[in-house]
Amino acid sequence: MTLEEIHARLTEKFGDAIEPWAPPEKGDAWVEVKRDSWREVAEALRNDKDLAFDFLRCLSGVDYVDWMESVYHLFSYKHEHEAVIKVKVDRSDPKVASVVDLWPAADWHECESYDMVGIVYEDHPDLRRILLPEDWEGYPLRKDYKQPDEYHGISNW
Amino acid sequence: MPDLESIPETPEELIEDAVQDPKERRRYLGLMDQIKSEGLGSSVAIVPLDGALNWARKSSVWPMTFGLACCAIEMMAVGGPRYDLDRFGCGAFRATPRQADLMITAGTVVYKMAPRVQRLYEQMADPRYVMAMGACTVGGGPYYKYGYHVVKGVDKIIPVDIYVPGCPPRPEALLDAMFRLQEKIQYQRNLKVRYFTN
Repeated sequence: MTLEEIHARLTEKFGDAIEPWAPPEKGDAWVEVKRDSWREVAEALRNDKDLAFDFLRCLSGVDYVDWMESVYHLFSYKHEHEAVIKVKVDRSDPKVASVVDLWPAADWHECESYDMVGIVYEDHPDLRRILLPEDWEGYPLRKDYKQPDEYHGISNW
Repeated sequence: MPDLESIPETPEELIEDAVQDPKERRRYLGLMDQIKSEGLGSSVAIVPLDGALNWARKSSVWPMTFGLACCAIEMMAVGGPRYDLDRFGCGAFRATPRQADLMITAGTVVYKMAPRVQRLYEQMADPRYVMAMGACTVGGGPYYKYGYHVVKGVDKIIPVDIYVPGCPPRPEALLDAMFRLQEKIQYQRNLKVRYFTN
């Protein structure tokens, strides 16, 4: 199935929860899912017989200045098709449903996304900083991040 | 680079290697002549204890396996057969800091790793030396401007004896640094105890 067909299939099932098909001029197209229904859509992506996305290739958190996104790259070994799913979140309330129990690869990827951008994944079993020290303040890959001047007495310059 | 032929074999050579000051050297060689004339020539050498100890110390600097990032690959290359580090006595890489003389911080040190580096340095026994290998440990390296997570130079957390620039430094550069460290060790004066000097 091409991504457009996958989009059509999801819109059939979930209607409003999937944003209309709007591929960009340049670059890959994606399927955008509303944050509140992400959990049901994720379950359908995995369990539906024709979609059957059993492999989460990558999960990333991205900061576009006015909003943030959680991006999922999925692949299906059964049908050998792939999909890019984006879930938009508000900067002031960056919460997304976790998909750890569907795709175990999401475990550390969601920790990294939380660590770098600050998206909180609800129902994640152990959401904490994975790359930076536990007591680090701030989310470095946000566009408005300022480097600290020192960390525990060690000067940063 | 000192050549391999210059490893001391006779007592005179040991005196020349261990004693740098020419006046002192003449004195010790003179003493050597005296010993030779008494018939003990080839089995006795008179060197200051410092000199002999330092020569022994510099010829067996055992490094600690402390490869943190890409410089570790170059350190492994130096330990390999082509740029052999073992021929200078530094071949026994110890994994535990308690048995190591030299900590070659080979690789970027991040703030998360910094307290562990400090702890390992404190666990090393005297006499201990630190070689900051690679641009990251010398002064932050390529992460200097935007690296919020990188300690800009490992000398912010532990005292460093030798800096090796390069990204990564060539194995020959690491060997050169090892020789400079050996020179530094040779010039150490640890035994300034009153009752040994007259």
